[in-house]
This record gives sequence, C-alpha cells and structure tokens, in this order.
Amino acid sequence: MIQDSFRGLLDRNVTLESIRRISTGNEPFDAALWQELVGLGMTALLIPEQYGGAALGLIEAVVVAEELGKRAAPVPYAGTAVVAPLAIMLMADETQKSEWLPKLADGTVRIGIALSELASGARRGSGLIAENGSLTGTASFVVDAADVDAFIVADSQQGFHLVSADSIGLEITHFSTIDGTRPIAELKFQNVQASGLRQTTPDKIDRVLSAGRIVLAAESFGAGEEMLRQAVAYAKERKQFDRAIGSFQAVKHMCAEMAAELQPCQALILYAAYAFGANADDTDDAVLSALLAKSQMDDVGRFVARTATEVHGGMGYTDLMGLHFWFKRIGFNRATWGAPEKLRADAARLQGLG
Amino acid sequence: MDLNDRPEHNAFRQEVRQFLDAHKDTAPSETAHSYRLLPRPYSDAIKAWQKLLVEKGYASRTVPKAYGGYGAEPDILENRIIADEFFAAGMPQGLYSQGISMLVPTLLEHGTEEQKKTWIGPTIRGDIMWCQGYSEPNSGSDLASLQTNAIEDGDDFLINGSKIWTSSAHITPMIFCLVRTEPDASKYQGISYLIFPMDTPGIDVRPLQTMTGHPSFNEVFFTDVRVPKSAVVGGRGNGWKVANSTLKHERGMLSNANGSLERLNKISSLLKKETLNGCPLWENKNLTDRFVSLQARVQGMRFHEMRLLTRTKNGKPPGLGDMVCKLLGCELNHQLDALAIDALGEIGVLYDGIPSVAEDGIWQQWYMYDLGLIIGGGTAQIQKNIIAERGLDMPREPRVQKGS
Repeated sequence: MIQDSFRGLLDRNVTLESIRRISTGNEPFDAALWQELVGLGMTALLIPEQYGGAALGLIEAVVVAEELGKRAAPVPYAGTAVVAPLAIMLMADETQKSEWLPKLADGTVRIGIALSELASGARRGSGLIAENGSLTGTASFVVDAADVDAFIVADSQQGFHLVSADSIGLEITHFSTIDGTRPIAELKFQNVQASGLRQTTPDKIDRVLSAGRIVLAAESFGAGEEMLRQAVAYAKERKQFDRAIGSFQAVKHMCAEMAAELQPCQALILYAAYAFGANADDTDDAVLSALLAKSQMDDVGRFVARTATEVHGGMGYTDLMGLHFWFKRIGFNRATWGAPEKLRADAARLQGLG
Repeated sequence: MDLNDRPEHNAFRQEVRQFLDAHKDTAPSETAHSYRLLPRPYSDAIKAWQKLLVEKGYASRTVPKAYGGYGAEPDILENRIIADEFFAAGMPQGLYSQGISMLVPTLLEHGTEEQKKTWIGPTIRGDIMWCQGYSEPNSGSDLASLQTNAIEDGDDFLINGSKIWTSSAHITPMIFCLVRTEPDASKYQGISYLIFPMDTPGIDVRPLQTMTGHPSFNEVFFTDVRVPKSAVVGGRGNGWKVANSTLKHERGMLSNANGSLERLNKISSLLKKETLNGCPLWENKNLTDRFVSLQARVQGMRFHEMRLLTRTKNGKPPGLGDMVCKLLGCELNHQLDALAIDALGEIGVLYDGIPSVAEDGIWQQWYMYDLGLIIGGGTAQIQKNIIAERGLDMPREPRVQKGS
C-alpha cells in the first residue's frame, strides 16, 4: 500500500534531529527527504495522468497531509504540491499546463504561492497591480518560497499569474517564521513580466483556496493528534507524589478535552475534502465546508498545542523534547491563508450573514 | 464514511419524501423534543403517528419483526435519509425516550424471549412509557454504590429504598430499576436490573421541581414493594453490566447532531430577521463569529456521528469516538442556547417564548434544560474520566475501597 511505504519512509527519515537541523540551520527544508517523497509520488498526487500524475483527489492529499503533520515533517507540501498544481490545472492554458504540470509531478520544479493578499487580505503596503502583463507591488507572505523555480501570484483584481523566480525586477527576501521548517518570502515587484493564468474565475479561485485550507487543516490535525499522543504517553510515565501524573484527574481531563475536541475535526476535514471532489459545479457547500474545517481545526489546534505542552510540565517548555515543533507548525497553519476570524467572516458572508 | 447514495438509496429517499408529502397535513404538530422538556403522557395523535412510523419502518427500523419492529438491516444511509428528510420537512420523527431509546436496546441485548415479546412492541409503539430507577440520593456519579435493596421472599423480591432524578416517574406505568439483590457479593457484582409496574403497592412518587420550572423528575420511595423474580433482566447479579448497556444507549440518545442543527438553523433565521436600531442582528460581527464557530462544531458532530455509524455497521467495537459524543453534544447545545439568548438582548430573558420574535423560542428553558443534560446521564467530568481512562488508557485513580 502506498500509505504504508509513505508512512515507513517518514518514520525512518523524520526525527527530532532532522527537524531541529532544518529549523535551526540554513537549509530551508529537508531536500533529501523531499526527493524520496517525490519518488513515492507525493507531488504527482493531484495531477492528471496525461501530465504524469496519479489523478487522485483531495481526500488522498488530506491523508498525506495528516501524516506529514503528525511528524512535523520539514518539507513543503500545501503550497507546491497542492495549490500550485491545482491552480495550473484550473487556470492555465494548455501550453502552460504542458510546461509545468509534468515537472511539478516528477518534482523537478517547485512553485511558491503568493496568494495571501487574496486569502487573508492585503496589509498596509502590500498588494500587486497588474498592467499590460507586468506586475508592480509587494506580496508579503509567500508560502513554500524557498528554492523555487516560479511563483503563482494573485493581483489586486483577482488575476492570477505565473512568475519565474529569476525574473528581472523581482526582489525576493526570505524570512524565518516561528516554524523553522516553514520559511516564507516577501516578493517585491517592479514591472515584472508575468505569464497570466487566464482561465481564472471566482469559483476556481475559491476551489484553489479551499484546497489549500483543507490541506493545512489536515496537517494541523495530524500535528494535534501527535501532541495528544505524546501528552498521554508522558502523563503515564512521569511520576510525582508517588504516582503517574496521568492518574490525577486534572491531567486526565486535560487529555480528555484534547481528545474530544480533536475527534469531530477529522470528520469535518474529511467531509470538506469529500465535498471538494464530489460536485465540482456546486461550490457553495464545498467552500463553506473548507472555511468551517480550517477555522475549527485552527481553534482546536491552538487549544491542543498549549494544553499538550502544559501536560509535559516544565519539560514541555524546553527545546529538549522538541514538542514545540508541533506547537509551531499548528501556529503557522493557523495564520496561513486565512486565520479563523477571517474565515468565519467569509463563511458568514457566504450565508447572507455578513 | 460512505456518503454516496447508491441507486437503492435514491429510491428510498423518494419513498420517504412521498410519505412525508402525503402526510404533511395530518402529522401531529408536537415534536419529540417537547416531551423531553415537559414530560407528559403521549397524546393520541402522537401515538397514532408513532404507530404509523413503526409500521413504515421510519421509527424502530432495526427492531426485529418478531418484537414489533420493522426488522430492517442496519444501514447508515437509510438512517441518515430518514433523519434528514423528516428534519427538512419539519415533521416529527420517531419518539425518543427512556423506554424506546434505552430500555428496548437493552432488552434486545440482555432480555429473555418472553421479556422481548412482552415489552418491546408496546414500548416502541408509544403505548407503554418507562422511567429509569438508577440514581439515589447517595449514589449519583458513583452509581454502583446504590443501596436500594431487594430481599428474597419465595418467588419474589421485596424492595426497599429510594431513587432520585427519576424522570417521568409521575406519568409512566413501568420502571426499569437497579437494586441490590446479592447482599454478600461485591459492590459491582451485587446489582440486578429489574422491570416492574409503577402501580405496584408500596411505591411513592414525589415530584421534584427543577430550575426550569417544570417538575420533570421525581424522588421514588420503595417500601416492601413485591416484585417477582422473573422481573430480572440479564441474570441476577448481572445488573451492572446490563446497566452499562443502557447508559451507553442513553449517551447516544442525549447527543444528536440534528438537534443541534435545528437550534443552529433557528439562530440563523433570528440573525437575519431580527434587527437592532434598524440593522439586522448579523451586523454584530461578534454574534456572527460565534454563530459560525458553533456551526463548524455542529457540522463536525454531524459528520462524526456518520463515521461512528459506519464503524458500528462494519462491526467495529465502540471506541474513543463514541465516548466523546455526550460531552461534546450537550455542551454544544448549551452554547447554542446561550447564543440565541445573547442575540435577543433584554427580551432574551422572557420565559414563555416571544411570539413577536422570529423563531419564537423558549431559549431560557432550553438553556437550563441543556445544562441539566450536561450534568445528567453522566456529568461532563465523569465523561472526561471515561474518555481518559477507557479511551486514552490513562491510569485509573487509586480507589479507597472498604472491604472489596
């Protein structure tokens, strides 16, 4: 089963040491692990067969994301392996598809995603103006931005473009985030030539954003489950007052609350992935489900991240146990492509309540 | 979970819709919910409707034909279709109650053939109502410490003791009751599960007023109440095991995502139709943010419940997923009630409903009733203990046991 070889690969290759190495060092992600995952077809999942893909759906991508999140795996995924191919599949012309999809599928290229102004709103000083096929302005939070060949960017009129990373007039500044395995970039554009993705419609934009959000939620779910697992294991081991701390009700209840809150999140995420694929024409249910799934998972994720850390007592606070890597992955995902407040406001508007 | 309607499910959905359409003018206007808030004997209209639903297989669908049910195989999608179509049509679904939702599944698991044949049919048709004699003044969360005892006297038991929180005891003809029949056995091994009539001499029912203003439950006193030994379900001394079956079904009954969905839909309507200073309530982003947050929880519970049904159908034993439903579902309903109250502002404290307001609701009553459900059927804290100990395999607390 692909899932087993995938899990096995991750189990062997993602360790606290490797996460720590990527988080604290100069490598933006674990390139060796990335290659192995490419070898297992991770980047080909969603791409149609004619372009070298596996033509699978978002539910499969969600399963992958959960596994990656469970291990806080230091490799890019939601941007370059989900949003990028989907955006091209939906919005590109045949020439662009033939040029980019096969190379995305076999991992020879990576594409960074500059959609945050669209997904979360444009902050003071950011936003892109498109004029005669060239872009000027700033994209301030570009995801999966390291070692990429191109970026998918949105302008302030909801136009989508493909921009080569080595374009003239493009200034790329990398920033670290709280999650050392999730570097982001700020892109400054000065009349940069862009290749328009002209088959863009509002519905397709919704689909692309929904897919990204659902996958982030799935990743956070995996991370949350792992934090809970570690908290329970720690509570059963650690003794104080001559007994396992997990035998005290206060600690049990912290774990029970985390377990309870996590359960329906998985169902909602799976449903959102199902709805995404079930009826490509009726987007309202799919869009709403994606908004609900991510916003809910983000809130639960924050609760689980802090509570699991607390169960670990002082040790949870240290770098030694490495629990904070999951805490930070959850925190990063919360803010990316729409934090809960923004997503809920969008959901309200979608239902005539905003 | 398999969400895809197969062709036979499409046909079934049409069948249910046709039934609902044919009966939309004759179905009773009361709901099963109203019987929960204010327990009273079923009206003739509700009983006739219930009989019709059982006959058509829209209530007690999987109860075997031999005992008066429809006898269908469990099918997650059929259940879902029935629930969703009735809900969408705004027509009353099958009754749920201690008898129908708790005793009947328990008898199916533990009863003798005669007990099943005698009690299941009349119960699911709404002809016999039941109350549950479990908690005692000194035995609530620690139910197994119960002291109501039954002493052997020939072919009978003589029961002495008292029960508390006994919902509907003032109106139900029958009781299922936990009593201590084995005085020499240990705490958990000495209990038996008995079913007997409430008009047996020596039973005294005293209503307890609740915070909602409705005397929905009671204290029940037993003085030398004579009950035949044949009233035992599941074997003498086996009552704790049988009781746990019932408690499991009770937890399933108390949380039902469609009930949450109903509250949510009413609140949505409220936010759209009601105004403040001429502006619709949804313009208060704080309220709307809360609404969407609860909506996400309601949807999560709906799909979570569907997954659990699939697991059960595939023969998987109940696990962590099942254990969280009562805790989450009851809290969710209480939060929804709170949001409705808050959205209404000052008039949210009116007690009997507000006819001039959209979705005229008795939100304050539900707010208190739902707090009662957070406490009853196993408090939220007990639920968390169960989740931690049985779901997460965390160590049980050291118990101070006197004797055994």
